[in-house]
Amino acid sequence: MSAKKNQTIQTPLAKAKGLGSAHEGVHHWLMHKVTTLMNIPLVAWLLYTVFHLKEANYTEFTTYMAQPFHSIAAILFVMVTLYHMALELQVVYEDYISCRILRMFKVWGMKIFFFVLGVATIFTILSLGFTVTG
Amino acid sequence: MMAKFTLPKNSKVKKGQKFDAAEGASNKKKFKVYRWDPENEDNPRLDEYDINLDECGPMVLDAIIHIKDKVDSTLTFRRSCREGICGSCAMNIDGRNTLACLKPINEVKGDVKITPLPHMPVVKDLVPDLTHAYAQYESVEPWMKTDSPAPTKERLQSPEDAEKLNGDDGKGPAACILCFCCSTSCPSYWWNSDKFLGPAILLNAWRWLTDTRDEAKGERLDQLEDPFKLYRCHTIMNCTNACPKDLNPAKSIGEIKKLLVERHT
Repeated sequence: MSAKKNQTIQTPLAKAKGLGSAHEGVHHWLMHKVTTLMNIPLVAWLLYTVFHLKEANYTEFTTYMAQPFHSIAAILFVMVTLYHMALELQVVYEDYISCRILRMFKVWGMKIFFFVLGVATIFTILSLGFTVTG
Repeated sequence: MMAKFTLPKNSKVKKGQKFDAAEGASNKKKFKVYRWDPENEDNPRLDEYDINLDECGPMVLDAIIHIKDKVDSTLTFRRSCREGICGSCAMNIDGRNTLACLKPINEVKGDVKITPLPHMPVVKDLVPDLTHAYAQYESVEPWMKTDSPAPTKERLQSPEDAEKLNGDDGKGPAACILCFCCSTSCPSYWWNSDKFLGPAILLNAWRWLTDTRDEAKGERLDQLEDPFKLYRCHTIMNCTNACPKDLNPAKSIGEIKKLLVERHT
């Protein structure tokens, strides 16, 4: 006795059309390009900072990071990089995970994780600034 | 659940039979050809045919026609025009998707390995099942759509506008012969062909988007604006590299993406 299979009969065109267009994707694609461009000066700032603070002690580091320019650059770097990573990882999950439910949980889980990580990192950067200047 | 990176057990290609049809010949070549028969449960196999090249024409298609006529009549493949205009004999030769009728045998160093277009269901031997690809083509409605009343004479098009379809070198999107060498060389199409339209279909979608006589540009863009139908393209460029007609599907896809951004700005 054969196991009962969940079969549907669809025309090839019905299969090809599926549920139709989601009417999105442009924003994702565009933001991917924009964050890539934004990362050029931000990564340059990061390299400069790493090089500049190579031999700094904790006080020198916090004083440097407390300056508004560097605080803002650090916050922007965190925001832009995490956003860019979220966009990239979403593409990887969509490419390689074919189970829709698993894919949805992975994408949203990843986005929430990066959001929390971003908020925590920005809080740390701000607290550095306020501790030193306050 | 996840993309599969290895072949399932019953798809692993085994060694096949050997046919020596070039005994004593000085100008001979070995062809290793993928064989699979849906009538039995055997795994696919690679049969080997030694061919006397003095007895067949210069192209790979000539060789497999020679094999079918003189050596093994069970070999199954599609072919029609034998001059690169019908797209029937698209297959993977020496690791590249191309048309057997346009691929000279002497361009292949060593043995000539021939397999069907990658990652498509196989009907038999070198014949891929293109049902889904053709349905995807139909889904982009590859015909002229207009709301204006039909003119009494032909629909006018300037030479400049015609060039958008044909290209200045005859290699515009209208020159696509739907052989699917590009789509089946695209990793994104391998993993997500259920939803991703693939380079061949997107090139043809662009062919209609760029046709100045068509009046359904917005509607066509609506259909394409989707993370899977269009945006699975990651500009890998295998499609442009594979096209045996030297067309540029990757550029056409880029043009569609630009047009969608233009619509949002």
